[in-house]
Amino acid sequence: MSEQKINFIPPGANAGQGARLVNDGETLTIRVLRYNPRDPASRPHLQTYELEQGPGMTLFIALNEIRDKLDASLQFDFVCRAGICGSCAMLINGRPTLACRTLTRDVGPEIILAPLPFFELIGDLSVDTGKWMRAMSERIESWVHLQSQELDLTRLEERMDPELAERIYELDRCIECGCCVAACGTARMREDFIGAVALNKIARFRLDPRDARSDADFYDLVGDDDGVFGCMSLLACHDVCPKDLPLQTQIAFIRRKMVAVGLR
Amino acid sequence: MNVIYTDVLVIGGGLAGLRMAIAAKRRGHDAIILSLVPPKRSHSKAAQGGMQASLGNVIKGQGDNEDVHFEDTVRGSDWGADQEVVRMFVNTAPKAVRELAAWGVPWSRVRQGDRQVVINGQKVRITEREQAHGLVAQRDFGGTKKWRTCYVADGTGHAMLQAVGDQTIAASIPVHERMEALALIHEAGRCYGAVVRNLVSGELTAYVAKATAIATGGAGRLYRVTTNAVICEGIGHAIALETGAAALGNMEAVQFHPTGIFPAGILVTEGCRGDGGLLKDASGQRFMPDYEPEKKELASRDVVSRRMEEHIAKGHGAKSRFGEHLWLDITLLGEHHIKHNLREVYEICHYFLGLDPSKEMIPVRPAQHYTMGGVRTDASGASPTLKGLFAAGEAACWDMHGFNRLGGNSVAETVVAGMIVGERIADFCDRSDNDVAIATGVVREALAREQARLAGLLTGGGSEDAAALKQRMQEIMTARVGIFRTGADLEQAVDELRQLLIRSRSIGLRSSSPGVNPELVTAYRTQKMIKLALTVAYGALARTESRGAHFRQDHPRRNDAEWLKRTLAWWKNDADTLPTLTYEPLEVAKMELPPGWRGYGAKDYVEHPHTAARQAEVEAARQRISDRFELQRALMPYEHLLPPRLRGRNERIDEPLADATARRAAE
Repeated sequence: MSEQKINFIPPGANAGQGARLVNDGETLTIRVLRYNPRDPASRPHLQTYELEQGPGMTLFIALNEIRDKLDASLQFDFVCRAGICGSCAMLINGRPTLACRTLTRDVGPEIILAPLPFFELIGDLSVDTGKWMRAMSERIESWVHLQSQELDLTRLEERMDPELAERIYELDRCIECGCCVAACGTARMREDFIGAVALNKIARFRLDPRDARSDADFYDLVGDDDGVFGCMSLLACHDVCPKDLPLQTQIAFIRRKMVAVGLR
Repeated sequence: MNVIYTDVLVIGGGLAGLRMAIAAKRRGHDAIILSLVPPKRSHSKAAQGGMQASLGNVIKGQGDNEDVHFEDTVRGSDWGADQEVVRMFVNTAPKAVRELAAWGVPWSRVRQGDRQVVINGQKVRITEREQAHGLVAQRDFGGTKKWRTCYVADGTGHAMLQAVGDQTIAASIPVHERMEALALIHEAGRCYGAVVRNLVSGELTAYVAKATAIATGGAGRLYRVTTNAVICEGIGHAIALETGAAALGNMEAVQFHPTGIFPAGILVTEGCRGDGGLLKDASGQRFMPDYEPEKKELASRDVVSRRMEEHIAKGHGAKSRFGEHLWLDITLLGEHHIKHNLREVYEICHYFLGLDPSKEMIPVRPAQHYTMGGVRTDASGASPTLKGLFAAGEAACWDMHGFNRLGGNSVAETVVAGMIVGERIADFCDRSDNDVAIATGVVREALAREQARLAGLLTGGGSEDAAALKQRMQEIMTARVGIFRTGADLEQAVDELRQLLIRSRSIGLRSSSPGVNPELVTAYRTQKMIKLALTVAYGALARTESRGAHFRQDHPRRNDAEWLKRTLAWWKNDADTLPTLTYEPLEVAKMELPPGWRGYGAKDYVEHPHTAARQAEVEAARQRISDRFELQRALMPYEHLLPPRLRGRNERIDEPLADATARRAAE
């Protein structure tokens, strides 16, 4: 163990099939789809930046280097830079994923970056996922609907089966990054489609005994073609989810439950 | 002139800000939350390991209560904390966990029966009680006598933020996202809201409010190596400082977390060590027991971080192309435990280091982590010098952490302070004499002043590069205002930061694109951050003792006789190049726990002249009074400071409450 050496250059955590790894010192070519909707003179175009691949370089590091040294106007969003906040989802070589934890050596030496589709564009790589997610939450009422508003906080908490708590957390791990919606075939055709993010939340609250809602209540929220019945089961959402949420099984499960209500 | 009126303006959309807004809204006051980012992306989310609350459900937490939590927190603070505030906090933390449990946080729960845990490097079998089955579980954390840290795997802050964020939506509280407060609007000692910049359109709006609350989190980005998110730049601290009317407390108290992954500084939770992980050096040897026989890896963070740097300085660091580091070994916890209870750690190691922490050790080195200092408030969260201004959470100094915060106490503080300060803000807004009566001219001038400042940056023809100044500031802070400090280093840091401050007044921009302008944002924030960095460096230079996380190699002893006092930093005039420092004493004669040895770390300190007498009083009371509640009341009454709805004892398995009537009679 004492001999353990690490190279700080992980082996292809994000690499696609057959991708080769970029060596340190090699030139990275990053092409960014740029557009500033607030600037009447701006037209969508690909802009090319070149920089040197560094050890352990992530897209967080690379894009900040571009902004600090090459182009102060480049727009993008990072917050935690640790893969937990969901701010930095974008299309990396066409695939929606988190930029902060993507190593340039896995996806280079030529990298094409574009903003997440479907969401309102703020500029360049920055999109307004926050507004969409809030509207989604309001639409499906994504909070525990308490049996009673009056809590006696001096008393022992309600008990919960330890395994059930784990199962709820499993679904609660969603970071609302928007990758599932950006990858969704249905959302492409139906702009009011609620998306896997919402259906996963329905599954989460349905599982939670603290939530007083019944399947009939959930049916009112997602029992239509803009809800669970709109899903065509292409399941790109499942493939791209950075948190590996079990979206495939949850959507299928919610669909079965909602069908049962619909047939009643 | 864009003006928006509301009852309560909350600046910051993390846990503290959201919880304050919910409290105010429930009392019938309208609140608007301003947030740089969608609230669920706030840095509260990064709290991994858990939240301290003395529920005492697990067998290793048996016997825990508010008294033990109080003593741990005060010792952790190296007696810098306000003990009344600590008392308010420890009594409210169990209520906060229980509220969050009802709101849907999937707290990890106790399973009755035998289970295997790792303690001090050994596998040990413990048996959880039947009565505890299904209650919220606790894990071990640094600087605590009992297992007290309630957790949701290692995504505690995430789960809390989901629940509180969702409750904010349920309460229909508007969050104005991508909005940044640039300055507080104030006149004659009264705060009236803030001038706010829309980060998308660039427009300025005045938000006028009865009460303004700062909950903008920490200022970790003053440093080059930090666990903090990129938005933690201390701008909330800075706009309070720039009023000249509000003070910042103890800005020199900066926490370094022992286990930032090396070299990126991304946090891996203290839960790694709480659950049994060990620190090892280049030769694979465990070293903490040699330095800290009592608490080993689980001494407080300031102590562990210093010991790590000390060990590296002695030549035991592992070498890499980025410099030296140590190892965190959690392999002994086993793959199942890591993939369930330390899942984020697993992901971080996988994506950023390309290693599997169940098989390999993690390279770590201390990194800036927490800002103990903040906007100075009283126990109600109100600024004592700028009426109508409140603060809570990491941005505030009310002051429950003193010179070192315990792990698990900050995410607990966010919600506890949100509950308490939120109620006090509602009280404030209830009183008709606090209605806003402000001349529109004051608002117009505040807007015009900020507009002029931005115009100066955009078109003033300055030649200084904001990104370069900021980077230099971060280098200085990391190199000279870090874990080990000396007078010479600090003097040099202050000198150089002053030069940077002067240069920052001549920043010029290369681009002037309409709308989003990241370069402009860097420019105005850098000006504010350098002022803040000066409060840290200058406060550290002036404090010629060592206390908690503030360690002076040239003054290595804690000196209660001269330094048992809180630093207040003021920025009196815009043209100043240094903050003005004043001090407020901590009164030993009123302390429930008089200063002593922390139970870990250095054993020698200069005693305060009143300590012996107070210690004798406390001892005498202990002899006289056996009931712990009565004893506490005799030593330091605090319950009057709590909002009425948050008073009352906390039920535990071992401390059952009778029916509600009996309970009220007991209070």
